[in-house]
Amino acid sequence: MAGLFWLIPLVPGLSAFVLLIFGRRLSRRWIAWQASAAVFFSFVLTTAAFARLGTARGAGLSKTLLTWIISGSFEASISFTYDELTAVMALVVTGVGFLIHVYSTAYMAEDRAYSRYFAFLNLFSFFMLVLVMASDIVLMFVGWEGVGLCSYLLIGFWFDRPAAAKAGMKAFIVNRIGDAAFIIGILFLLANVGSSTLAAINAAPASGLLGPGLVTLVAILLFVGATGKSAQVPLYVWLPDAMEGPTPVSALIHAATMVTAGVYMVCRLNGLFAASVTASAVVAWVGAITAVFAATMALVQNDIKRVLAYSTISQIGTMFIGCGVGAYAAGMFHLVTHAFFKSLLFLAAGSVIHALGGIQDMRQMGGLRKRLPVTFPVFLVGALAISGIPFLSGFFSKDAILTSAFAGGHYVIYGLGLAGAVMTAFYMFRLIYMTFYGEERAALSPGHQVHESPRAMTVPLVILAVFSALAGFAGLPVLLGERANLFGRFLGGVLGPAAHHLALSTEAALVLAATISALAGLVLAFLFYRRSPGAPARLALRFPGLYRLLLGKYYVDEVYDAAVVRPLVGGAGWVYEHFDLRVIDGALNGSAAAAGLAGKGLNILQSGLVRDYALAFLMGTIFFLGFLLL
Amino acid sequence: MIPPAAFVAMAALLFILGIIAFFVKKDLLTQFMAVEVMLNAGNLAFLALAKALGRADGQMVVLFVITVAAAEAVIGLAIIVLIFRQRRSIRTDDLKDLKG
Repeated sequence: MAGLFWLIPLVPGLSAFVLLIFGRRLSRRWIAWQASAAVFFSFVLTTAAFARLGTARGAGLSKTLLTWIISGSFEASISFTYDELTAVMALVVTGVGFLIHVYSTAYMAEDRAYSRYFAFLNLFSFFMLVLVMASDIVLMFVGWEGVGLCSYLLIGFWFDRPAAAKAGMKAFIVNRIGDAAFIIGILFLLANVGSSTLAAINAAPASGLLGPGLVTLVAILLFVGATGKSAQVPLYVWLPDAMEGPTPVSALIHAATMVTAGVYMVCRLNGLFAASVTASAVVAWVGAITAVFAATMALVQNDIKRVLAYSTISQIGTMFIGCGVGAYAAGMFHLVTHAFFKSLLFLAAGSVIHALGGIQDMRQMGGLRKRLPVTFPVFLVGALAISGIPFLSGFFSKDAILTSAFAGGHYVIYGLGLAGAVMTAFYMFRLIYMTFYGEERAALSPGHQVHESPRAMTVPLVILAVFSALAGFAGLPVLLGERANLFGRFLGGVLGPAAHHLALSTEAALVLAATISALAGLVLAFLFYRRSPGAPARLALRFPGLYRLLLGKYYVDEVYDAAVVRPLVGGAGWVYEHFDLRVIDGALNGSAAAAGLAGKGLNILQSGLVRDYALAFLMGTIFFLGFLLL
Repeated sequence: MIPPAAFVAMAALLFILGIIAFFVKKDLLTQFMAVEVMLNAGNLAFLALAKALGRADGQMVVLFVITVAAAEAVIGLAIIVLIFRQRRSIRTDDLKDLKG
């Protein structure tokens, strides 16, 4: 069974193909079953391959299907690798992906384009698994672009809503900027390493194929690609808008899997990134700045999904801190726990939106605690986990990253991470209090009853809640012994051992600091939104400038619009008017007119009289005969 | 014994007569006959030279030309008859529908 691991991406791909071609003729029941079963089958294969890894340590599975580019000495092949790092990502993609497929069968039940939705969702699973399992950077890039395409298709899923269509386009274009840098980075690698396999790239800095300057350049170029895909400063602007897509899509693509592809890429190429101190510092600083910057914006958002979107940006920033300070395993660990609790939060938010018949503004929610007896507790578990409350998953993973940052001597980054953690706890509980506590404010459309979601939605929520709560125990802190971190040891073969040594007392102090900061955020939210609900408004009045700056999201969109979009659109308009209309169209119309004129001139020769033609014939014959004879 | 040059000169004379007739005459039937004269002038030249050079291929070409000329005459005359039925005229000056 494990030998068939290369089928993991292909099964959802095949299912997507069938749904795209025949989807319209299939019944909804069949579509739901087929799409979910395809991903579940991948999940089973992933698990089987995972079991195989346990018996054959360090080897990993690999298979080359075919070589699809041969050009001189350069070869790129469609080949898949299944090692520990792949296993972690593939388990998340197929496991969480399957739950989200099941959830979607109910959430999208009333949608017109049921088959299109599941076709895209399967297609996304296919590309994401290609990205994760590729053992060749060119194939990885195929997956990288493929998930971007699916992201675009699913953000703009309700394309008859102008906002959704625009958001899809924005996501695509912003990603394109990052991808341009990514391509340049790949080209540098191909030119200098001479091989496109990830193993060769990871070994290149050590073997001297890439000089120190080139390593830094390539790593930063690849990381720019990652800032696009993983929504980091300065290319994060597309993710909040991406919330126009269906909520399960936000959970799968824009929280759990695709946006973390950048983190995966950095971990996968850890040999390259670790070889450059500068590039690693860039990764860590961008992560730290994003973690705080996005968290401040999450503080004042009123749309439930946008709060979660900014939270996702902030959490991915935290993952990049881990990668930047060399704690790749910790970054991956946070990626996994985040996949659980953030998809849980999104799906639970979807359940709330579903219950209220489409309302997303938290100012219109409130008092839903009793009305949603399943959604509320699972949401609470997710919020506690992301806030880093002790013994839930987020606590362990965030602590692992921050401890590594501290141990590496990056105290400012550590401080920023801690500040992000406080804000995370604050905005999550602000969300909880606004949504589930207080009086009911929902202005429901007549005849609509607030109702708990069907079982197909609540069961995945409960499963995710269990994982959000317990996943942390896979990666216990060093405080409990060197061998306590199962997760870190599992990935040790690929990512190298986590190399930090701190005194136990320091470790304990750091754990305590993380706990206190999480609780501080929670208590602050309680004071502001439960104890004295007028306080936020008073604070906003006290600091009107700051409040407006945050509410306006630092006006980054406006700045980009003025600095990039408008000049580009204006320039394109100028070129259209002056070059397209005048030069290109002029050349075209001119050549048409010239041909017409020539035709008119030659018309005279065509008299219609047989004798004229015969004369021309005679003259011609005489001319050529004379020519031959003389 | 008449020398071959006389036959070739006769052929050239016939050919030139054919050309002149083709350009001078204005009805299709006569022009058609002029074309036939030119064809036969060619035949005559072929035969004379074949005899003079003592080779048979010239005579074979003549047989071909006669066959083709017969077929051509059938089609040409049929066309002329049809044109006359439609237009009641076979003056070439009237037939200039293809003027651009």
